[in-house]
Amino acid sequence: MASESSDEGGNGYEPKILVFACNWCSYAGADLAGVSRLQMPANCRIIRVMCSGRVRPEFVVTALSKGLDGVLVLGCHPGECHYSEGNYFTRRRGLLLKNLLQFVGIEPERFQVRWVSASEGAKFADTVEQVTEQIRALGPNRPQGGMHSTEPGDR
Amino acid sequence: MPKTRVGVFVCHCGNNIGGVVRVPEVVEYARTLPNVACVEDNLYTCSEEGLSSIREQIAEHGLNRVVVASCTPRTHEPLFREACEQAGLNKYLFEFVNIREHCSWVHMHDPAMATQKAKELVRMGVAKARFLEPQEEFESSVFPAALVIGGGVAGMTAALGLANQGIQVHLVERDQELGGLIREVRTLFPAGQATEEVLQPLAEQVRNHRQITVHLGSEVEDVGGFIGDFDVAVKADGQVNNLKVGAVIVATGAEELKPTGLYRYSELGNVVTQLEFEERFKRGADVPRDVVIINCVGARIPERTYCGRFCCTTAIKNAIWIKEREPEASVFVLHRDVMAYGVQIEESYRRAMELGVRFLRYDPENPPQILGDGRAEAVRVQHQLMGKEIVLPAELVVLTTPLVARDDNPRLSKMLKVPLGGEGFFLEAHLKLRPIEFSTDGVYVCGSARYPANIPESVSQAYASAAKASIPIREGVVRAEAITALCDERTCSACGNCVEVCPFGAVELQEGRFGRTAQVNPAQCKGCGCCVAACPSGAMQQSGFNDRQLLSMIGALAEEMTGGVGE
Repeated sequence: MASESSDEGGNGYEPKILVFACNWCSYAGADLAGVSRLQMPANCRIIRVMCSGRVRPEFVVTALSKGLDGVLVLGCHPGECHYSEGNYFTRRRGLLLKNLLQFVGIEPERFQVRWVSASEGAKFADTVEQVTEQIRALGPNRPQGGMHSTEPGDR
Repeated sequence: MPKTRVGVFVCHCGNNIGGVVRVPEVVEYARTLPNVACVEDNLYTCSEEGLSSIREQIAEHGLNRVVVASCTPRTHEPLFREACEQAGLNKYLFEFVNIREHCSWVHMHDPAMATQKAKELVRMGVAKARFLEPQEEFESSVFPAALVIGGGVAGMTAALGLANQGIQVHLVERDQELGGLIREVRTLFPAGQATEEVLQPLAEQVRNHRQITVHLGSEVEDVGGFIGDFDVAVKADGQVNNLKVGAVIVATGAEELKPTGLYRYSELGNVVTQLEFEERFKRGADVPRDVVIINCVGARIPERTYCGRFCCTTAIKNAIWIKEREPEASVFVLHRDVMAYGVQIEESYRRAMELGVRFLRYDPENPPQILGDGRAEAVRVQHQLMGKEIVLPAELVVLTTPLVARDDNPRLSKMLKVPLGGEGFFLEAHLKLRPIEFSTDGVYVCGSARYPANIPESVSQAYASAAKASIPIREGVVRAEAITALCDERTCSACGNCVEVCPFGAVELQEGRFGRTAQVNPAQCKGCGCCVAACPSGAMQQSGFNDRQLLSMIGALAEEMTGGVGE
């Protein structure tokens, strides 16, 4: 388990996964997983947003086109959004985005949307485990050139 | 514009982070990041020593951004922001990196991966920090009333604590009577005082207080809103009553575990729980001559790992009660350990032994057996000191079970957007430092809703939650975090997507200096950022979570991969 190298090659490749977690449910769920000392693969990096509805599709496309292996968006369960309906936008946008990814030649499985509440530390850990394994099975993401999105600072 | 100078503070958190993540390596790595002017590690960055170090480094190195890599912003962000402010730095120039809950605690067996992850998280945090901007906060008013859910000892005490400060309180109780679970208990530990003697004056004060409105036979149906401005729907007899409050206290208590399937409970009529024992003698039943009390029933087992905290006290109290009424009675307490903590409980434990109550330890691997057909007649138990089985006659078997979380907790937890722990009790914001608060502002907890609490504990927690809840109410204003949306009128095309998606009606299209554009009312904006994601031109941005900041984090995470070099 304690592989000394996280680089590609060696005894296998370690996917790098970007996670967006909403402040109220999923980030708190991730905190609870930590407080509960639930052990999980170390492939995810969380960016905290106030609501999953903040995640612009461009972020997902940018991340994948820059070579990250997967993007996971986590929000409150439908009907439980702290802002009433932000996660409904996430859900609809997610479906469209998967189509778009397929169209541009990126495996749509590299992008996933899941719901984790503040009390679901165990579900957070399970989700990280499952998604990591699914993305690991896809192998390294090798984006085609020419579809880089805006660089930070362009705006 | 002055050069961006970032200070990075990496916390060991004692051994919590430093025991897994190789902190010195993270520190050395952080020094190589752009715009980083100073890096240091602290044993505890949140200690006074750590905080004053942040203040000193801001002054010494002219820092204009601060990154702390430690625990979670949900508990510690206000503290570090305050330290920045004290050093004259706008608190929105602070960025939090979580390397404890999200790293060291969940990758305990893989220091290499955890260290690597911590470095990347720090890199992302520094990347965002470089684009942070100072912000001004918006103030909103607090409705001067509070909701207390639950009319037991904790809820009544909390209600009085608020009402005696002149704050209007709505106390919602599901039953038709105030008092909660303790009403079922006949006498109280340690003096054997009748429960009513404690409960009645308390309930009387609550009922007669002109600042308290008691809603009996009522349940909270729905809670919306935020600190200072909660909308609460309370349902009674099919009627819904809408209330407005500024703060909420959860005091819904817990219930006794009914140990179906254990020790032939519910099969044999004379195998009862402690509360059923109380109920029997409230009704004036004869005191039995042979009683066996079994402790830790359904507690400290794999399915329910916690200790019920005062079950041992209850067993001691009731054993003494029997012996005082029937000195010839044989009373055995079968236990795993006797948790007689504190002065008074230890004294009662001794008194029980003096009265002739016998305490015998049993082995959970080889638990006592209830013997008898149709009713319990005896209990067989392995006597650990004698090393042989003995049979104790039993007219009555009393099972001491722990309090368990109420079935209703998940519903309430979702409504209030506060978490439950693994055992189903409400989970406080911080085990040690914020024991009666939640991370969600304006919601507090006291009594057995959080974890089994006896009366003195419930009362002190109730005082604490009332004191905490009264702070925003008495201040009258809360400052909303400056994370609201803002429209750049020059690039807005007035498509109206933002108006459509805003759940709070905070965005409107208005005529302005640049023609018709979207305008955000910061009093109504709650900072979800949905409008930002919906904006096709990038005109709409969210303070503290703008596109440039978030894209820079993504870029920082991807950097290594595109470079293709390991570290």
